[in-house]
Amino acid sequence: MISPFLIDMAYIVAAVLFVFGLKMLSKADTARRGNQISALGMLIALVATLLYGGLDYTYILAGLVIGGGVGLIGAKTVAMTGMPEMVALFNGTGGVASLLVGWAEFHQSSTDIAAGTLTAFSSFTLFSIFLASVIGGLTFTGSVVAWGKLSGKLPGRPLLFPGQQIFNVLLLAGVLAAGIAFSLVGDAADPLMMAKYDLYLVIVVIGLILGVLAVIGIGGADMPVVIALLNSYSGLAACATGFIIVNKVLIVSGALVGASGLILTGIMCKAMNRSLANVLFSGFGSTSSGAGKKNEGEARVITAEDAYLVLEAAGSVVFVPGYGMAVAQAQHAVRELGDMLEENGCEVKYAIHPVAGRMPGHMNVLLAEANVPYEQLVEPDDVNPIIETVDVCMVIGANDVVNPAAREDEDSPIYGMPIIDADLARTTFVLKRSLGAGYAGIGNPLFFRDNTRMLLGDAKDSVSTLVAEFKQD
Amino acid sequence: MDAQTTVFLLFILMLSVFLGIELISRVPSQLHTPLMSGSNAISGITIVGAVLSLSSGNETVTAILGTAAVAAATVNVVGGYLVTDRMLAMFRKKDQGKG
Repeated sequence: MISPFLIDMAYIVAAVLFVFGLKMLSKADTARRGNQISALGMLIALVATLLYGGLDYTYILAGLVIGGGVGLIGAKTVAMTGMPEMVALFNGTGGVASLLVGWAEFHQSSTDIAAGTLTAFSSFTLFSIFLASVIGGLTFTGSVVAWGKLSGKLPGRPLLFPGQQIFNVLLLAGVLAAGIAFSLVGDAADPLMMAKYDLYLVIVVIGLILGVLAVIGIGGADMPVVIALLNSYSGLAACATGFIIVNKVLIVSGALVGASGLILTGIMCKAMNRSLANVLFSGFGSTSSGAGKKNEGEARVITAEDAYLVLEAAGSVVFVPGYGMAVAQAQHAVRELGDMLEENGCEVKYAIHPVAGRMPGHMNVLLAEANVPYEQLVEPDDVNPIIETVDVCMVIGANDVVNPAAREDEDSPIYGMPIIDADLARTTFVLKRSLGAGYAGIGNPLFFRDNTRMLLGDAKDSVSTLVAEFKQD
Repeated sequence: MDAQTTVFLLFILMLSVFLGIELISRVPSQLHTPLMSGSNAISGITIVGAVLSLSSGNETVTAILGTAAVAAATVNVVGGYLVTDRMLAMFRKKDQGKG
């Protein structure tokens, strides 16, 4: 048993470490140390909490062991390509934890009030319980649906039914009304105490349903935005939990995560030139044909041997990776090809679109895994001004982020989205499995340009063939 | 909870939100994935609330809910920090060599 004052002091230290950790996470040189500092803050907060005394340590230990084991195994075994799914699931566990804490507090207080050991709820506490439970619940189910879409266990296209948006709005309005009714304080001896519990369960169920409905109507290509937003929600749920138990470190940390998640969401939306409302409610990509001009002309196919001859003569090459590279596990082969080209005196860069892959920054992680130094990873704004001087632009499993329709075709659903201008390079190689449309279901005129050559087949096989050609010399 | 505490907590909330926005607003896109999983781990701070809900002498139902909450929050904390560390360990500069 230790004085609450010292415990609060420890919480302040933890909050300071979170702030420094987040600050350092935003620079590549310091990011790893920043994450470790943030983890140290979490350890201090946890140890301080355990010192409160009067706690049931058997249950706590059980929870820590189970959760720690699952987290450890998950974090150690996940492949880098599966990172978006993993982060989605971790979002979900954060959300469900807040829901469960809210429920546990409500249940215990209800019992105490019935037994006469606690006088009554305050409206503020009840409203906090409501917020933690609804936000936590919808974060949980929303994350599970996002995980399902990312892992292909659910169809990636938006699932919509007639009147879904009106239904969602009604559901949201209903849960808010229920929350306000729930927050109105009943007398301690109120026979309605039981009804309040029923109302709470209804609120929990609606929250869970809301999470499913909110995400199920969003296309797979928009999942990066959804994950960032759910990340924000998991922070806000933790924040609401802090209001239930009047704990400042929960409020501070939850708000930090909530704000950072919102910023990331905003960056994602900007990278796609869409508003958040458009991402959440438009059912983007639900029509597979899509609007926009018909693709004209014929795609020119090139063999790996011919592609090698062009690459060997190239003075500068820009790789544009997309999710297809992750699927084919081609990142190591790509780095090897990049090394070969550099040895050949060629300047090599990797241009990464902010929404390439299934989550923000996903391609950077994959290329880092393959030992590509991060100085070679550049953003569209760095490469677009010089793209016309680039000899070969190699598009590997990317599609929508290099679609010139975004620049030229006002009827295209992605018109206005900032892209990497791969079509303006002297030569563009597109490595692709087939000539089909991209994840968002939009046709790509890049494939039919005069300076574009299609290198069809598995991306890893194609790149490995090119590497083998270089090695023969 | 009295009104003064409520105002105090809301004040903390307001300042933290602004701090969070300031901290993250200039992050390069190459770090978005680790930043997301790292901040995700911080949202596992719910573990504090989960532990505190397990006072001895509580109802069985509360204890079950609390234990589940501790487990879920711990997955978030342990998994989040470890997976972020794993990713960031791979980010390296050119002069740090390969391998």
